[in-house]
Amino acid sequence: MPAWIVPIIAPFIVLNVVIGLVTYVTLLERKFAARMQSRIGPYRVGPHGLLQPIADALKLMMKEDVVPTAADRRVFNLAPIVFLIPCMLIFATIPFAPGLGVADLNIGILFFLAVSSMEIVGLFMAGWGSNNKYALLSAMRAVNQIIAYDLPFIFSALVPVMLAGSLKLSDIATAQSGGMWFVFYPVLGQLAFIAFLVSTLAAENRVPFDILEAESELVAGFRVEYSGMKFALIQLGEYAHIVGSSFLGALLFLGAWAGPGPEWMGPIWFLLKAMLLFLLVTWVRWSFVRIRVDQILALSWKFLLPSTLALLVATAIVVVWRYGGGA
Amino acid sequence: MATPTLSQVELDYSGGERLTMNMGPQHPSAHGVFRAILTLEGETVVAVDAVIGYLHRCHEKLAETLTYAQYPSIASKTDYVAAMTSEFAYVLAAEEIGKIDVPRRAQYLRVVTAELQRVASHLLWLGTWCMDMGGALGGGATIFLYTIRERELILDLFESLVGARLLYGFYQVGGVRYDIPSGWADTCRTTIDLIEQRIGEYERLLEQNPFFLARAQGVGVISRALAEDVGIAGPLLRASGVNFDLRRAAAYSSYQDFQFTVPTEIVGDCLSRYRVRMAEFRESIRIVRQALDGLPEGPISSRPGLKSVAQIRIPKGEAYARVEGPRGEVGCYLIADGSAKPYRMKWRGASFSNLAVLPHIIPGHKVADVVAIMGSVDPVFGEVDR
Repeated sequence: MPAWIVPIIAPFIVLNVVIGLVTYVTLLERKFAARMQSRIGPYRVGPHGLLQPIADALKLMMKEDVVPTAADRRVFNLAPIVFLIPCMLIFATIPFAPGLGVADLNIGILFFLAVSSMEIVGLFMAGWGSNNKYALLSAMRAVNQIIAYDLPFIFSALVPVMLAGSLKLSDIATAQSGGMWFVFYPVLGQLAFIAFLVSTLAAENRVPFDILEAESELVAGFRVEYSGMKFALIQLGEYAHIVGSSFLGALLFLGAWAGPGPEWMGPIWFLLKAMLLFLLVTWVRWSFVRIRVDQILALSWKFLLPSTLALLVATAIVVVWRYGGGA
Repeated sequence: MATPTLSQVELDYSGGERLTMNMGPQHPSAHGVFRAILTLEGETVVAVDAVIGYLHRCHEKLAETLTYAQYPSIASKTDYVAAMTSEFAYVLAAEEIGKIDVPRRAQYLRVVTAELQRVASHLLWLGTWCMDMGGALGGGATIFLYTIRERELILDLFESLVGARLLYGFYQVGGVRYDIPSGWADTCRTTIDLIEQRIGEYERLLEQNPFFLARAQGVGVISRALAEDVGIAGPLLRASGVNFDLRRAAAYSSYQDFQFTVPTEIVGDCLSRYRVRMAEFRESIRIVRQALDGLPEGPISSRPGLKSVAQIRIPKGEAYARVEGPRGEVGCYLIADGSAKPYRMKWRGASFSNLAVLPHIIPGHKVADVVAIMGSVDPVFGEVDR
């Protein structure tokens, strides 16, 4: 196989695996939520409802594509794509096993954080282009929330970076080999993990921070006017973001592919850890009520942001004191 | 604004651009077809214009065309969430004009069903209110499905008693239509035991949840003075510190035989309304237990053997009967002209007068609070528009 073909093949494979994973993650969530709510969940399509995501995708593809008359057509049509691309790009830097990934950049974490906060552009385009008051209000809330939660998200993600002494995701993963996962790092690890979870919840727009969707007030928020495949793209992007953040969390705090068994088990361990984080987020989603926009902002600016900043400073002090500057 | 509202918050902090947003009549969190025209400044509601009337079905006119034997089944359609309540008010009014005695067994059975209905209605309220705050794709839906599961048990009880699950026609002028089947009382006891235990679970689930408290505490405060001025009733009134319950203040249908307390709170916010209703679950269950234990023997109706729909004739006269429904005072004003049909009938719906408080308390709150406040008022639009 010529070397030039790898950069073409690898993204193709990763993209398809991710799309498949994301579709099935919806089934996982629905089954999990159903069990929480003493229901069974999808059961009719295929054994135990295993074909349900495919049926859903087909249904959405066949739906009529409605564009509101008053919508800004170009912005409206472009928004789902602009929203989806960053959500897919975040998988580019994640190493699924040593040497197995699209691009192991030396600033991988930086790329991840930068790209993942770009989804707000697509989101705001959707809200603006729909020309709908609910959508506009939701887009306004989205901008507010992303600005408020991106900083704590970055700060909490930087704690493992400082402990590992590298911005390269594979280096961060190998720094945790031998069971020294950063979540076990005394005090700092746990606090950063909690802060990371909370701010990813907000960045992913999940309950209790799902004020953008807020279907009891804003019907469906920024995607209220979307239907058919465009709706599917937005949904896909949203879940891809959640899965991507779960992978990042598993990589930063739970030792990525580290685990018992032979080396080829690595990606499976990684996937299991990411799904564990995903289920944690789902568990929170299906047991909390949504909080108000002013409460969300207050939580971030008055509490989460100062405390993650303090955590970062504390980590820096510990790193300098223990390792004398360079780890 | 088409209709002036009584309180408007003047904010105007950002150059005075205001957004008029239409919430309803088709909206996922409107409990029925209610339209609120909100004037927003950013996220803050500065004025609200409440529009009702989308579910008007001419109930009062309809009552003039149906006989005293027919209408109770239709009365249940006014407040379809607590169908027993409106039937109760109607038959009480007819019995008062006709001076018809109701056997004690029938009175007790009326109390049992009315209290079970209150539990069922409050269960639905708890679920939908949490869904308003938590979303159909979030924690709210979890509570909703739990409470619906328990409400189902009560509907099963009603089904084995009447044969219907939503609209019953159980009450008849002079008594009730059916006696309880054998074993019903025991099933009822186990059901209410289970529900009482589950209520405790919900309380632990919700009251130890800081997000729930953040959404409910201090939101939508109805002061005692406002509550009395607007004329709200039921749990809303009691949450604002007024100890008024018709079952105690003007006891009907042997309510004086039972021991129960009237729960009150003083703050008047959403959390107080929640607390009052949670306490009412327990009181209702207490009343059901007492009524089942002390259920007297005897006939279930003073007018047994009803053969024709026009058989009940009420002499000339008029009366106003009121009962304490799950949402407050449900009243029925009836004018009889001696025939088998009433001359005129007027409903006093609890939801209708409770809804009148919304324009007073909503301005100044955020959009998200509007749905939380509306949910805590617990309107049923069948009863508002009739």
